[in-house]
Amino acid sequence: MKRILMSLLALSLIFTFAIPSAAVAEESFKVGAYLPMTGPVAAYGQMEWAGVQAANKIQPTVLGKNVELFLVDTKSDKIEAANAVDRLIKKNKVHAIIGEAISGNTLAGGPIADKAQIPMVSPTATNPLVTQDKKYVFRVCFIDPFQGEAAASYAYDTMGAKKAAILVDIAQDYCVGLANFFAKSFIKKGGEIVATAYCQTMDQDFTAQLSAIMAAKPDVIYMPNYYTEVALSCRQAAELGLNVPVFSADGAQAEELISIGGKAVEGVIFIGHFAKEAAASELAKTYIETYEKETGKEASAFDALGADAYFILLDAVERAKSVEGPKIRAALASTKNFPAVSGNINIGEDGNAIKDAVLLHVKDGKFRYLATFKQ
Amino acid sequence: MDLAQFSQQLINGISLGSLYGIIAIGYTMVYGILRLINFAHGDVMMMGCFFAYYGILMFSLPWQFSFIIAIALTAILGIIIDRGAYRPVRKAPRISALITAIGVSFLLENAGIVVFGGRQKAFFRPEMFDSIITFHGIRFLNLAIYVPIITLTLLGIILLIIYRTKVGRAMRCISHDMETTRLMGVDVNRVIAITFAMGSAAAAAGGILWALKYPQINPLMGIIPGLKAFVAAVLGGIGNVGGAMIGGLILGLAEIMLVAIRPDLSGYRDAIAFGILIIILLFRPTGLFGEKLPE
Repeated sequence: MKRILMSLLALSLIFTFAIPSAAVAEESFKVGAYLPMTGPVAAYGQMEWAGVQAANKIQPTVLGKNVELFLVDTKSDKIEAANAVDRLIKKNKVHAIIGEAISGNTLAGGPIADKAQIPMVSPTATNPLVTQDKKYVFRVCFIDPFQGEAAASYAYDTMGAKKAAILVDIAQDYCVGLANFFAKSFIKKGGEIVATAYCQTMDQDFTAQLSAIMAAKPDVIYMPNYYTEVALSCRQAAELGLNVPVFSADGAQAEELISIGGKAVEGVIFIGHFAKEAAASELAKTYIETYEKETGKEASAFDALGADAYFILLDAVERAKSVEGPKIRAALASTKNFPAVSGNINIGEDGNAIKDAVLLHVKDGKFRYLATFKQ
Repeated sequence: MDLAQFSQQLINGISLGSLYGIIAIGYTMVYGILRLINFAHGDVMMMGCFFAYYGILMFSLPWQFSFIIAIALTAILGIIIDRGAYRPVRKAPRISALITAIGVSFLLENAGIVVFGGRQKAFFRPEMFDSIITFHGIRFLNLAIYVPIITLTLLGIILLIIYRTKVGRAMRCISHDMETTRLMGVDVNRVIAITFAMGSAAAAAGGILWALKYPQINPLMGIIPGLKAFVAAVLGGIGNVGGAMIGGLILGLAEIMLVAIRPDLSGYRDAIAFGILIIILLFRPTGLFGEKLPE
């Protein structure tokens, strides 16, 4: 008798907990984020996650459902990134995915989402291969051939550089790709690449490479690397007396560049995704206000693109009137003139965003807006 | 490459090599006495850097005090690690101790991520180490002069302790035969604790110098220097304190000179370090300078 009573009690307990949670699960739209919260590019992941959360605050529901967010840390690592996507799909049963921040990791995670027909939107993976041959992988940032060409044009035409040296991180698809696009455009313009030296993510000593570059006497050094490597390279360049302008890329826009680089990164110029000064849309104003109130930090590129990935995704769900992968995908691929935080975004069948880029530089320990490149 | 460039690269190599050397010293000392490859050494070094960082930032200590306190705290951390992780497996086969060391390494890294956060932090460089020395067209940070001096001083102190004190004699005895040493009435656990304290203090000193040269710190910063120091220690003959210093210099010079001579091969820099390790292990497993501490 006691046993029967106990099992009845247990059964009733299971039902009281199981039923409501099942009902909630049905109601919510689940978005999984896989981002580098730790490791060499932790700054990107932490900024993008803060951006996604701020965006969630602004628009917490879609199609009358609550948006439920899941986060998995990729530790800035490719294998962890692939596992994270797998886990979000199988364990958390997400409807869509935001991430990763960098190209190499999105290349690792993308195919898994593609196979499972779960739409993925990367905020900042700029390498062209990221979306290539993948129906379900999208991005809200420009791609590197455009960025490389813009950088080469600016360096050659405006800065008047005829000889360029390149210091590139060969452990990253992003850096290698971008260095190639820059070199191609720079040579096409009539410039010359006088030295190319290589490093790897998490390297700390660049003195040998920089001394070799110094001997080639370039007019500009192109460093399409991540912020820590750029900051340390600039410091060591200054110590070696290498007084040549440094041109970097969108990966430079993290506060660590300035805190680690100090005076040595003054004047570093780069193509970026977003400058607060140039933001125009209504959404951008709401976003900047919310983000700055929530985090106490200034809105910047990576958080803004994290938010854009979220807004674009929800916009697609609303137009698709469904949370099914194939329908969201179709809606994402026909995004037209969405007034996002980082400017107007059009997304095509190829999954790439067509949008403008901005030119920034470091002045008085702050990132400052210089110009806009139209695409 | 002309003479000025060559000399510049030579200086680059020596300043990198002596940093590898100073970290390798602590590594090799613990091995020489305990036959334990302390894979957590690089992470102990990272903890030393964070102690120094928070000493300056949170308690606004002058940097000299902060560095000394950080070294002392790291020494205490070394004792705690020994007491908590290595002592319980002291009698177990050596492979258990090795695996424990890897466990400690992961524990420190992940605890570091939880407590300090995963993002890089800028390390403060005092003005004293921030001036540039120019000499016949060669430029380097004056830190490049301090590092070898500090390393050699540290090396001297460690050798003095090992060879000229009672504790040092006990350490040498333990490396020879732990059980007999115990029978002779030596408090083995205490001596080993002192060994760890010394090794960890050396790691902290090396870590702080490392952070002064490359002013960013993060919880995973110890991995690569730790591995390179391990190569340096094996190269110099693991267990040989002086050999570790020379191993570090050779490794630093080899890495820099490869990039200097063939910049197009600079991506293979780490391959050089680990290639050296493989070659040494194949052809001269006891390293360049013979075996363990000379008796």
